[in-house]
Amino acid sequence: MAGAASWSFSESDFKQIQQHLQAFLRDSNARCALLVDRTGQLVATVGEPPQFDATAFASLTAADFSANDQLAKMIGEHEFASLVHQGEKESMLLADVAKRVILVVLFDQRTTLGLVKLKGKGAVEKLNKVFEEMFNRVGAGPTAPEKGLLEGAEDEIDKLFG
Amino acid sequence: MSMINYASREINCKLVYYGPGLGGKTTNLEHIYGKVSPNTRGKMISLATETERTLFFDFLPVDLGTIRGFKTRFHLYTVPGQVYYNASRKLILKGVDGIVFVADSQIERMEANVESMQNLYDNMSEYGYDLTKIPFIIQYNKRDLPNAAPIRDLQASLNPGWPVDDGVQQKVTPDPMHAGENLVDRIDNQWIGRAPYLEAVAVRGDGVFDTLKTVSKLVLKTLS
Repeated sequence: MAGAASWSFSESDFKQIQQHLQAFLRDSNARCALLVDRTGQLVATVGEPPQFDATAFASLTAADFSANDQLAKMIGEHEFASLVHQGEKESMLLADVAKRVILVVLFDQRTTLGLVKLKGKGAVEKLNKVFEEMFNRVGAGPTAPEKGLLEGAEDEIDKLFG
Repeated sequence: MSMINYASREINCKLVYYGPGLGGKTTNLEHIYGKVSPNTRGKMISLATETERTLFFDFLPVDLGTIRGFKTRFHLYTVPGQVYYNASRKLILKGVDGIVFVADSQIERMEANVESMQNLYDNMSEYGYDLTKIPFIIQYNKRDLPNAAPIRDLQASLNPGWPVDDGVQQKVTPDPMHAGENLVDRIDNQWIGRAPYLEAVAVRGDGVFDTLKTVSKLVLKTLS
């Protein structure tokens, strides 16, 4: 579409992402990992299901990350590739993936920030690869699966709005 | 940037309500929040100052239903209207699929409307988005006020039209919402396109859902 590029991912992409995240959670002993795209949409959740409104959480995460991106530029940094919010019991780490997605890791006292950061770095590298391949494929054009998904669905679209 | 998730069979789209401060953007979302069944909407998040002025954004996710087996969900955002907050306003536009410009109809707010519209064009072009090519509608709000400017004047200032260069689109296209008016028209030998517009009184809810329907439909049609 004009203006902003759409992207989509297949079930096999999704499986790969989940496998990388599961391995990361196992190695780091973190509770939960979420992937959020830069526009605030939740892409995936792995680990203990969050007890909060994940959609709202995702939109705030994207806003937080974008605001920090601008702060980084203001002080002369290209970016803050990762952010940490540390609480008394619960903490979170946010890290950039392929410039389009944010990895959010929720962890508590069962692990340490150092371990989460260390293992997170490896996970980000693997996810970078998956997403870059995915975006290249979408960019290639004809193979983009979303094209025509709603073709001929005008009736259904009209019906949605009564 | 609409996202299609084939694994969870969801289509997610982002709509942004833009416009000058105190124009009624948050009121639009509040009305939708109040009227939509709790099953089809999520929590509304408002990052506002103590005086209830939007500081960063309001956010409301709404499920519209299922198309072709895909759950269709729209994420509605407002931006802070005050000129001062341009840095955060611009962030919200990232990945937008459709825009509603909420104009304040009061004559006294004409200048603020024009300034905000210019700011929208500028911010969009900085992202490389072309406002004339993505779903974009204008809501003239506060139509009930005695000092509301005539629609004709508002249209002339905020929606004067843009040149249509694409040959495929160069045909007279009637405005389905306003009999006798056209969205694409030939004026003085030049093809001109305009954004669809609606009238509203957001505090009463008049025109709020029609606005949402119109822009959502345009967004879904860009996916087909």
